[in-house]
Amino acid sequence: MRSMMLVAAAFALGVATARAETPADFEAGFATEARGADPAFAGFSAARGQRFFAATHGGDWSCASCHGNDPGAAGEHVVTGKRIEPLAPPANPERFTRPASVEKWFKRNCNDVLKRPCTAHEKGDVLAWLMTSGAGGAR
Amino acid sequence: MKTWIRRLTLSSTLAVAALAAGASTAESPRAPLPPAYVVECGSCHVAFPGRMLAAASWRAVVAGLDQHFGVDASVDPKTREAIAAFLASTARSKPTTANGIPLLRITETRWFRQEHDEVPGRFWKEPNAVKAANCAACHRGAAQGSYSERSLRLPKQGEAK
Repeated sequence: MRSMMLVAAAFALGVATARAETPADFEAGFATEARGADPAFAGFSAARGQRFFAATHGGDWSCASCHGNDPGAAGEHVVTGKRIEPLAPPANPERFTRPASVEKWFKRNCNDVLKRPCTAHEKGDVLAWLMTSGAGGAR
Repeated sequence: MKTWIRRLTLSSTLAVAALAAGASTAESPRAPLPPAYVVECGSCHVAFPGRMLAAASWRAVVAGLDQHFGVDASVDPKTREAIAAFLASTARSKPTTANGIPLLRITETRWFRQEHDEVPGRFWKEPNAVKAANCAACHRGAAQGSYSERSLRLPKQGEAK
């Protein structure tokens, strides 16, 4: 009985530490990191994020190749044709809520598009742009 | 008449194939795909059931996830082990090889080509044509791992990719 309670407690602790975050939490984290990399950091820009999102960065693909030019709408994978749910949090509340997922996809997709990891500054700009897209956002 | 014969031939071919699949694998009734597998391997393409490739092919796919058909599909080591175990336990029993080398693309396997040789060429070739990796364009149950003929519907021209 005691060991069962311990297991239950450990599980509850695990759930608590893996709690959902909000896009604002991620933006704050990116800002802290960006400031650490560049003391002159002056905040994120949705316009810069939009340009970054649409650019091919010297390769074949952009973020928009799969996520679409309107991240408030569903995209389509450029190779497989599979539907990709909207990336913008205002249109899809599941986005930017799980650190492991956010980290995984930036790692994969920045490698695909830029052949390098994205900087915190770039991630923050993109997130700022995404927050203006989709339901309730400015179009 | 010709169409009728072709349909009959197709359905009997499929029936034989279904029987063979049932006899050669111990996965009937088919278990649902594990959620972790669907999350990791069903985001960019439909989560392909293990029975689509033999174990040697899946091992090669899993070993190269960081350069997966030109994209980075890397997963953490623990997840990779779980995916590998699931695929090993549900893999096709007959080899999926070409000249003894494990094939990585499902669409290049002999069984896939045979199953799809009735599909008119225009479905693959025209602009806005079906992309062969997009099973769900025709197999409406593909997201749930079902490829039964009942859920099969060829898209209209210019409809799905």
